[in-house]
Amino acid sequence: MGIDYLYPEFEVRRSSNCIDCKICIDQCSYGVHSFDEKSGMMKADDSKCVNCQRCVCFCPVHALKIVKSDNCMRDNANWSGDTVKEIYKQASSGGVLLSSMGNPKPAPVYWDKVLINASQVTNPPIDPLREPMETKVFLGKKPDKPRRDENGRLICDMPPQLELSMPVMFSAMSYGSISYNAHLSMARAARELGIYYNTGEGGLHEDFYSYGENTIVQVASGRFGVHSGYLNAGAAIEIKMGQGAKPGIGGHLPGAKINGDVSRTRMVPKGSDAISPAPHHDIYSIEDLRQLVMSLKEVTGYKKPVIVKVAAVHNIAAIAGGIARSGADIIAIDGFRGGTGAAPTRIRDNVGIPVELALAAVDRSLREEGIRDNVSVVVGGSIRSSADVVKAVALGADACYIATAALLAMGCHLCRSCQTGKCSWGIATQKKELVSRLDPDEGSRRLVNLMTAWRHEIKELMGGMGINSIEALRGNRLMLRGVGLNEKELQILGISHAGD
Amino acid sequence: MKYREGEVRIPSGCAISAAISREGRPINGESMIRSMVPMHDRSNGLGGGFAAYGIYPEHKDEFALHIFFGSGASRHECEAYLKETFEIVLAEEMPIRIIPEITDVPIIRRYFVTPLRSALHRMQLDEREYIARAVMHINTEISDAYVFSSGKNMGVFKAVGYPEDVGRFYRLEEYEAYSWTAHGRYPTNTPGWWGGAHPFSLLDWTVVHNGEISSYDANRRYIEMFGYKCALQTDTEVITYIVDYLVRRQGLTLEETASVIAAPFWSTIERCEPEKAEKLKFLRMTYPSLLITGPFSIVLGFEGGLMALNDRLKLRSMVTGEKDDMVFIASEEAAIRAMEPNAENIFAPSGGCPFIVKVKEGKY
Amino acid sequence: MIIDAQKLSYSQINTILKEHGGDVQIQNCLGHRFLASGLSEGYISIDGIPGNALGAYLNGACIEVNGNAQDAVGDTMNDGTIIVHGSIGDAAGYAMRGGEIFVRGSAGYRAGVHMKAYEDKLPVMVIGGCAGSFLGEYQAGGLIVVLGLTDENRKIVSNFPCTGMHGGKVFIRSGCDDIIFPRQVNHRAAQAQELEEIRPHIEKFCGLFGSDAEEIMDSSFTLITPDSKNPYKQMYVAN
Repeated sequence: MGIDYLYPEFEVRRSSNCIDCKICIDQCSYGVHSFDEKSGMMKADDSKCVNCQRCVCFCPVHALKIVKSDNCMRDNANWSGDTVKEIYKQASSGGVLLSSMGNPKPAPVYWDKVLINASQVTNPPIDPLREPMETKVFLGKKPDKPRRDENGRLICDMPPQLELSMPVMFSAMSYGSISYNAHLSMARAARELGIYYNTGEGGLHEDFYSYGENTIVQVASGRFGVHSGYLNAGAAIEIKMGQGAKPGIGGHLPGAKINGDVSRTRMVPKGSDAISPAPHHDIYSIEDLRQLVMSLKEVTGYKKPVIVKVAAVHNIAAIAGGIARSGADIIAIDGFRGGTGAAPTRIRDNVGIPVELALAAVDRSLREEGIRDNVSVVVGGSIRSSADVVKAVALGADACYIATAALLAMGCHLCRSCQTGKCSWGIATQKKELVSRLDPDEGSRRLVNLMTAWRHEIKELMGGMGINSIEALRGNRLMLRGVGLNEKELQILGISHAGD
Repeated sequence: MKYREGEVRIPSGCAISAAISREGRPINGESMIRSMVPMHDRSNGLGGGFAAYGIYPEHKDEFALHIFFGSGASRHECEAYLKETFEIVLAEEMPIRIIPEITDVPIIRRYFVTPLRSALHRMQLDEREYIARAVMHINTEISDAYVFSSGKNMGVFKAVGYPEDVGRFYRLEEYEAYSWTAHGRYPTNTPGWWGGAHPFSLLDWTVVHNGEISSYDANRRYIEMFGYKCALQTDTEVITYIVDYLVRRQGLTLEETASVIAAPFWSTIERCEPEKAEKLKFLRMTYPSLLITGPFSIVLGFEGGLMALNDRLKLRSMVTGEKDDMVFIASEEAAIRAMEPNAENIFAPSGGCPFIVKVKEGKY
Repeated sequence: MIIDAQKLSYSQINTILKEHGGDVQIQNCLGHRFLASGLSEGYISIDGIPGNALGAYLNGACIEVNGNAQDAVGDTMNDGTIIVHGSIGDAAGYAMRGGEIFVRGSAGYRAGVHMKAYEDKLPVMVIGGCAGSFLGEYQAGGLIVVLGLTDENRKIVSNFPCTGMHGGKVFIRSGCDDIIFPRQVNHRAAQAQELEEIRPHIEKFCGLFGSDAEEIMDSSFTLITPDSKNPYKQMYVAN
């Protein structure tokens, strides 16, 4: 107490509807609710509440709500309450601030300042309910100049490709950072949708090898669970060089989350921290990346596209150029608003650049160099809706990665407490009783619903533009206009201002 | 304010017409002018033009450059460049007829040239690539100079005006060609510039086009990777470059090219027999950025033939007809009947299916 | 079977290795990368200089190099044996989970970084000469032994060994008085019974390269172990 006391951020409000059923006690994984035998009343310890909304959603009589505390420090535009509290936390602990999920600060969101075109008169809109509208995408390197056999027939050899029914995939989230049931939900949804989910860096659980055709297996600096069987199990291999939420630093799954199953999948001992170094220690330069790309291809017989995932940083265009010449088939760019199971707050909120600008710069520079066909470009780092997807594709992306949106579909309420391992929704936890709260049937159904809805919206937006195939949208920046953007921003995005 | 082509993107609607003799017999320009009359209302007087193949037999081994100049200074600068780039066999004024319907006439000249052999050797280029690069250079680097025709034994004639008037202005009744295309333009803005009229041309490729494509910027940004510069921001320009790239540089056939720019839907490809499906899939996966969507009908002219193509949903009209060795293509049947009242086998090609006519080998 | 590497690409050689599966001798090797990558059986002897990432993802096969090898030997190796009669470059055994690497000479920078162990998988790296800086950085399991038998005028282990170590053991045949270790590891003279753990590996090493096992085992060794398997627990405060 004393100077380090922080007044609880949230207050639990219980109305007179409460019937003392105690469901909230069972549901809360943070130990907020209790029943006071003496007074015969339900009580709440506000200080433990993370505002995960679990009790609110499961109260049968809607007696509960969580409100922001109105306890306030004296207003100060420079020293906000959060900033002051962070100083108290660090002064008391000496620790590095650690946060979960994406940057909650009002960072610029360029998607919201870009508007989409529609056809009027000179060119007809197309009704996706009646006419064919194609969202199928292939990711991978395009062949060089076509070759012919002695009879003049085209030789139809393609470098390895990923076929997506729509330009969206589930981004990397490791087993360990999220639960078995969350992975199973994504694997099933990916298969049903004809898209892909990504194992993240935690290896591939033995039960999920059967979903290999819809799986991207990741190789990160820790090489957890990486062996030739794993590499050959997926449809593609992703080398994780960086992550939008924490560019330039490694990962760290606390030993507390390494239970038997996670330990087996990662092939590391139970209870021991799983540390991913900041760099791959076999990659200190671009030619070393080529070495890793080619070694992965060699061990998988050149049958699987290799993705290189990088965080959006200042010189991303040059980095992408290097990757495009590394032998990799796909570049994944993760923007600075992207989510994470845990990242140092200062890094999450201050390092990297928005994915919109990174994408625009990369697509332009790869074209200027004439190497855009060497690679497909996938972007993530806060793709929130079908409109974001359409804007990303028009800026030049081949497809998008979503993770936070997928978690939300499975029940995440964005309380940003993943690092506690107590996720009440059964997602970012390894506690058996919590994991079982996420029913994989329900989880996959909700993911399929979300993607089906987005796909239809994508088709409607395309139809409005008179475009009936997603490839005619890719890089079609004329279909975008900026609002409230300055000249430099417009120039980087390669679009005109609305009205221009 | 008047915009010039290239400063702003101007969608336009149009009328197109074409005729070809499979025997390589000469067709007089008068007949083409006549075909455009019934389609007068498809144009709005802001652009018309013609392409004619086989018109310069006495210069058939030289490239014929037709160039607009906005001023004497630009002509001076351009001619200096021509001199250091080419062997100029003949330079002359374009023969025209001054008529009240066509005004603001620029300086129009034509040059019959061959590449300088030493430069060709030094740059390790074939002569068509050499010419293409020179045309790109003039059109983007020399202000107020614009090459609007650059093939061998063929020529483009175009201006701001109705196509019938443009034909009379260029005295097309004096030309005999085995193959003709014609175009009347309906731009939605008011460019006062002749270069923007159709046909658009590079080397012996000419394209006349009706419709506004929705894939424009996806196509443009892709094709510009390969040295093309879309200076005019028109659909026709980008389509011409796409054809040049796919046929001349990537070595695709016309049919394969059609399967790229008007690729069948995936659901259609899946229903094809396996060998064909594999090829169509390969082409679509290899050149996704060259798929053209939105309404278009085009007639592509080239040495010895024509190809007509509709977008895969067939959002624009196009009919073909025949009579003896003659084949006709037009936006409306009336245009065909104006050329040949007894035309037979009137046929509307399906969306995405190329209609290709070639002159018999040795007859052009 | 003898393969003349001179006119073959690394892919071609690897295809032959995969199909053959038995004993193979590669001659005239010159920079061929990824040799035997992912290979689970067979014995491959190499004359010449194999390229980087020799035996990457190795899964059980045995590779013997009759000279030096370059960088990233045994990268992400899972099982098998790599024997190098000369010295090796940087980043050997990166993230290796199983199998053994025996080097008669010295290793470059960053040997055994992020080596890990799991259940019956215990990776072992024995370096006959000296090791460069950052030996065993982030080590999470397995055994690294440095003998200092060659390059005697060099420091047996250069700077910053065992940084971020949180599992496994490092044995260095030296008192290590001149070596500065990071705070989160324990280092002390190895007891006789602790040395028994490395005996079989030393004997194998000597069998391969002809040194005297008893003489080596009689030397004094320093044993380095992590003091926590959760080295960064105290570093963070939830925000």
